[in-house]
Amino acid sequence: MNEDYSDIRSSVRSLCAGFPGEYWRRLDANREYPADFVAAMTEGGFLGALIPEQYGGSGLGIAAASAILEEVHLSGGNAAACHAQMYIMGTVLRHGSDAQKQKYLPGIAAGNIRLQAFGVSEPSSGTDTAALTTTAVLDGDHYVINGQKVWTSRAEYSDLMLLLARTAPIGEGKRRHDGLSVFLVDMQASLGAGLEVRPIKTMINHATTEVFFDNLKVPAESLIGEAGAGFKYILDGMNAERIMISAECVGDARWFIRKATDYANERKVFGRPIGQNQGIQFPIARAYAECEAAALMSQKAAAIFDAGKACGPEANMAKHLAAEASWQAADMCLQTFGGYGFAEEYDVERKFRETRLYQIAPVSTNLILSYIAEHVLGLPRSF
Amino acid sequence: MKIMVAVKRVIDYNVKIRVKNDETGVETANVKMSMNPFDEIAIEEGVRLAEAGTAEELVAVSMGGDGTQETIRTALAMGADRGIHVASDEALEPLAVAKLLKALADKESPDLIILGKQAIDDDSNQTGQMLAALLGWSQGTFASKLEFDGGHVSVTREIDGGLETLRLAMPAVITTDLRLNTPRYASLPNIMKAKKKTIDQMSPEDLGVDVTPRLTTLKVVEPAKREAGVMVETVEELLDKLKNEAKVI
Ligand SMILES: Cc1cc2nc3c(=O)[nH]c(=O)nc-3n(C[C@H](O)[C@H](O)[C@H](O)COP(=O)(O)OP(=O)(O)OC[C@H]3O[C@@H](n4cnc5c(N)ncnc54)[C@H](O)[C@@H]3O)c2cc1C
Repeated sequence: MNEDYSDIRSSVRSLCAGFPGEYWRRLDANREYPADFVAAMTEGGFLGALIPEQYGGSGLGIAAASAILEEVHLSGGNAAACHAQMYIMGTVLRHGSDAQKQKYLPGIAAGNIRLQAFGVSEPSSGTDTAALTTTAVLDGDHYVINGQKVWTSRAEYSDLMLLLARTAPIGEGKRRHDGLSVFLVDMQASLGAGLEVRPIKTMINHATTEVFFDNLKVPAESLIGEAGAGFKYILDGMNAERIMISAECVGDARWFIRKATDYANERKVFGRPIGQNQGIQFPIARAYAECEAAALMSQKAAAIFDAGKACGPEANMAKHLAAEASWQAADMCLQTFGGYGFAEEYDVERKFRETRLYQIAPVSTNLILSYIAEHVLGLPRSF
Repeated sequence: MKIMVAVKRVIDYNVKIRVKNDETGVETANVKMSMNPFDEIAIEEGVRLAEAGTAEELVAVSMGGDGTQETIRTALAMGADRGIHVASDEALEPLAVAKLLKALADKESPDLIILGKQAIDDDSNQTGQMLAALLGWSQGTFASKLEFDGGHVSVTREIDGGLETLRLAMPAVITTDLRLNTPRYASLPNIMKAKKKTIDQMSPEDLGVDVTPRLTTLKVVEPAKREAGVMVETVEELLDKLKNEAKVI
C-alpha cells in the first residue's frame, strides 16, 4: 500500500493537460465519444497496464490501474470511455484458454482490438443478474444467441463484447446463477447478422446502448471456460471493476474539493472571501475527510486484490464509500459555487451529473449494503 | 554525438508557493515536486536527437537530495539512456552546480550539454552561462531551434525584437527556451523500462567540488499584496487621480 506511483501519475497528468475542461464540455454538449483522449491513453500504453508483459502489457496491478484512473478524474476528465478496456480482459486472462489469450490479449494490449463492452444488464434483470434471460444454445460448432441487453456501454466503440448469457435454464442447477456462461462475441462480424446496437440518450455523455440478439450465431470457441460456470468468472472481474471505479470516485471527489477550495478563497461576498465563513469551510473540510477515508479503503482493496486474496467486502466497501464521498463532494462544490455552479463553463455541473452515476452503476448502493449485511455481518438474506 | 542533459527537481508549477513562517525560504515539505519545465524541454530535445540518429547517447544528470532520483527517473522514462545523481543535501547555488556539471563533463566528454534556460524556483538563469565559461565552450542560450552540420550547431535564439542565429563549434552548451519543442509525457511501457536503467550515484567530494554556499539569504517574504483597482468614469477623472492621488504626473 506504500507505492504511490508518482511517475505514472505525473505522466497521466501531463497527458490529461492536453484535454482540458473545454474539450470535455464540447463533447458533453454533442454527446460525442472522446476518441482523441482514448487514442492518447491507448498510445501511452495506459490501457494495457493490467495485461501481463508476455502479452505486450505492463503487467501492473489494480493499484497502479487505480492511480491512472484517479488522475484522469482528478484532471476534470472522465475515464468511462475507456476504463473497461483495462479490466474486461481480466476474465479472458484468468479463465480463457491459451489459444484465446494468444489470439486476443496482444491486440488488446496494443489497442488495435477493443474489448470494452460488457453485456450483463437486461431490461428485466439489473440488480438481479441471475434472472437474465438472454440464451445461448449450442448447435453443432456454434452457439445461437437470442435476447436483449441494456446499458451495454461503449458497444459502438468496441470490437469484442464479453457477454453473459444462459446456456441452461434457471432452476436446473443448484443455485440461481448456475447455467450462466461467458462468451467473447466478435461484434464487428456480427453487426447486421443477428446483432443490433441502439444508442440510449442519458443525462451524461456515456455512449451506452441497447443490444439485440436475433439468432446470432457465434463459433463454439467463443465460450470462455466451462459452460454454466460463467457467473463465477465475472465475479472477480467485478471486484476489479469496483475498486477501479472507487479510484475514479476519489479522483472526482478530489477535483470537487480543489475546485471548491479555490473558489471559496477567491469569491468575495460582503467584502471577504466566502471561504472565511465556517458555513462554507466545514462542508469542504468534511468532504475532504470523507474522501481521504474512502481513498484508504480503495487502496486497501487494491492491495488485497493485487496480493491475490479474496477482497469482496473491501472492493464493495471501497466502491460504496468512494461513491458517497464523490457525491457529497459534488453537492458541496455546487453549493460553494452558488449560481455559478450551474454555468457550464466551470465544469461543476458536468462533473456533478457524471459522478452521480456511481451510486447506481456498476452496482447500486443498496446491493452493496445488502452484500455487507448478508456476507460480512451474517444477517438474513433479504431477497 | 553524446549529449548530457541537466535536470532539476523543483516545486511543481501548479503548486501555490508558501513562504516559511521564519522567512528562511519557501515551504517544500509535503509539496509536490516535478522536473523543471525548461529541463523537460532539454530532455525532449535530446530524445529527439537520439531518435533522429544524431545522438548516440543521452545522459541525464541532476544534483540534490534523495528525491532527485525520481526526477532522473522521469528523464529516463522520457528516453534518456542512463542517469547520474550527485547526492547533496546542501542548497546548491548556480556556481556550485556549474562546477559539478563541469566535473561531470570532464568525466563523460559529451559533445553537447543541454540545460533549461532557468529553473522556475529561483529563476537564476546563470548555470548554463557559468558552465560554458568554466569549460571554455561556446554557448547558445535561450534556444528556440537547433540545427546540426558536421561539428557545428546553429542555434536560433529569442532576443528582444526578433530572432538571432548563432553558429557554434562543438562541444557547446545550450540552454532551452519555451518554444524549442513540446515535451512528451512518458508512456507507461517507457516508465516501466526506466525502472531498469542505471543511475550512478556520486558525491561532490568524489568529483572534487566544494559546494559550500557563497551567498547568504537574509530573508524570503511574500510579494506585497496588490490593492484592488478602481474604475474611472472619464478621462478627466483619470487625470485627476494620477495628479492628485497617485502623484505620478
Ligand atoms: C450509464 C450507465 C452505464 C451502464 N453500463 C453498463 C454496462 O456497460 N454493462 C452492464 O451490464 N450494465 C451497465 N449498466 C447497468 C447497471 O449496472 C444497472 O443499472 C445497475 O446494476 C442497476 O440495475 P437496474 O438499473 O436494473 O436497477 P433495478 O435492479 O431495477 O433497481 C432499481 C433500484 O432498486 C434497488 N433495489 C433492487 N432490488 C433491491 C433489494 N432487494 N433491496 C433493496 N433495494 C433494491 C436498486 O438498488 C436500485 O436503486 C449501466 C447503467 C448506466 C446507468
